[in-house]
Amino acid sequence: MTTANDLQLNDRGQLRHFLSVEGLPQALLESIMDTAESFASVTEQTVKKVPLLRGKTIVNLFFETSTRTRTTFELAAKRLSADVLNVNIATSATTKGESLLDTIRNIEAMHVDMFVVRHAQSGAPHFIAHHVAPHISVINAGDGRHAHPTQAMLDVFTIRKHKGDFTQLKVAIVGDILHSRVARSEIHALRILGTREIRVVGPRTLLPAGIESLGVKAYYDLDSGLEGVDVIIMLRLQRERMNGAFIPSEHEYYARFGLTGKRLAQAKEDAIVMHPGPINRGVEIDSKVADGSRSVILQQVTHGIAIRMAVMSMAMRHDSGEKMA
Amino acid sequence: MSDSPSLSRLPDTQSLLDTLEQHLRQEIASRQLTDPVMIGIHSGGVWVAEQLHQRLNISKPLGKLDITFYRDDFSQVGMHPQVQASQLPFTLEGRDILLIDDVFYTGRTIRAALNEIFDYGRPAQVLLGVLIERDGRQIPLRPDCVGGTLTLSAGRRIKLTGPNPLALSVHEVRQEPA
Repeated sequence: MTTANDLQLNDRGQLRHFLSVEGLPQALLESIMDTAESFASVTEQTVKKVPLLRGKTIVNLFFETSTRTRTTFELAAKRLSADVLNVNIATSATTKGESLLDTIRNIEAMHVDMFVVRHAQSGAPHFIAHHVAPHISVINAGDGRHAHPTQAMLDVFTIRKHKGDFTQLKVAIVGDILHSRVARSEIHALRILGTREIRVVGPRTLLPAGIESLGVKAYYDLDSGLEGVDVIIMLRLQRERMNGAFIPSEHEYYARFGLTGKRLAQAKEDAIVMHPGPINRGVEIDSKVADGSRSVILQQVTHGIAIRMAVMSMAMRHDSGEKMA
Repeated sequence: MSDSPSLSRLPDTQSLLDTLEQHLRQEIASRQLTDPVMIGIHSGGVWVAEQLHQRLNISKPLGKLDITFYRDDFSQVGMHPQVQASQLPFTLEGRDILLIDDVFYTGRTIRAALNEIFDYGRPAQVLLGVLIERDGRQIPLRPDCVGGTLTLSAGRRIKLTGPNPLALSVHEVRQEPA
């Protein structure tokens, strides 16, 4: 069995695919953020694009619906001058019985260079990366409960811009950790970057058993979980993934774990509030907090474009990379 | 080899800067540029531009251009590490631009720089000044003002180190990119 890193790094330690943050070296995460930083000036240009990926074709392969992630990937690809093809598989050939591999082979035959994959099944992007032609790169845009590496990177990028040194920071991730691929990827990224303390906060039913093995502290009470933290990452209650009785009611969830102004006062005075979106106002977060001065939720969206530009340009195959591989 | 100067025979950067400054002044005067802006190409060009910016009393702050995203060798070598964001603290539309680099060689860097500049706006004119021009042009571009010229064999490269002090050195390169 090959590990994710055998797949996602070439023999010089450069990105080949971007499937998971787990196990990547700190220097590579920093290099992704530095590259994203350098793309910031592109939005100041009259022509808001750079010719880096001109002539390359990127396919957004979304087996699961998404608006924010797909549009920011699309915009990132377009700002790099790539041609973008959006394939919404939920309404496509797989519903007519075509296998995943057949779908991939068919799109491969259209001479494309990169797949951006979202799939409800954990591991689907790894499977695709394993089977695609050698010149194609695969970027994971969220797979099942497993990983959402570009979201984690844009989150740590946002934190770095506001707070700088991770070794001084206490970060609380609040809510539905159990169903959250975002939380998993964030925990890995924060750990790799040397974050002083990572907390996960939520009801017992929504914190996976043994979560402490990831190097985090579990809190079942919001007030104590937020005490003295620098960063609060709220997660969306993923009602669509909940088949069992995880919470008594949304009303009760909000009463115990909703982030209100009063709750926010437990954190440090300059703590920032983040949320990967989409927000359920009045379920996990009060509108006043979501729209308040401490919220950096919309900055996360903007940073998502720069991070995706960085990851796509770093992972895109190039000739010498092929020779070395 | 007769065309390969030893370190001691390399021109002094201060006298190159003096000559470049002089040529730029002449060119600014003959083109009647009243309030040009200056842009240095990262990283050697920025060092040279910092000196000239001061010497020529340019009113607007110095612009810095990183041409990484406009290079023509991405499909061969991929992303260059250590990219910096370009900083152009003025609008380029309708402006007279003094574009500054350290070494003019193949012309590809300037091609990339011009493409990037035009993505920021349409300047009135662009004037190119370089500290040193060596032989080996690969595209039909030339600097307007130079501090000095040099002939080197194909396997050699001239490099500016800096910013304090600015110094030129010549290196052997094993392999010339196509």
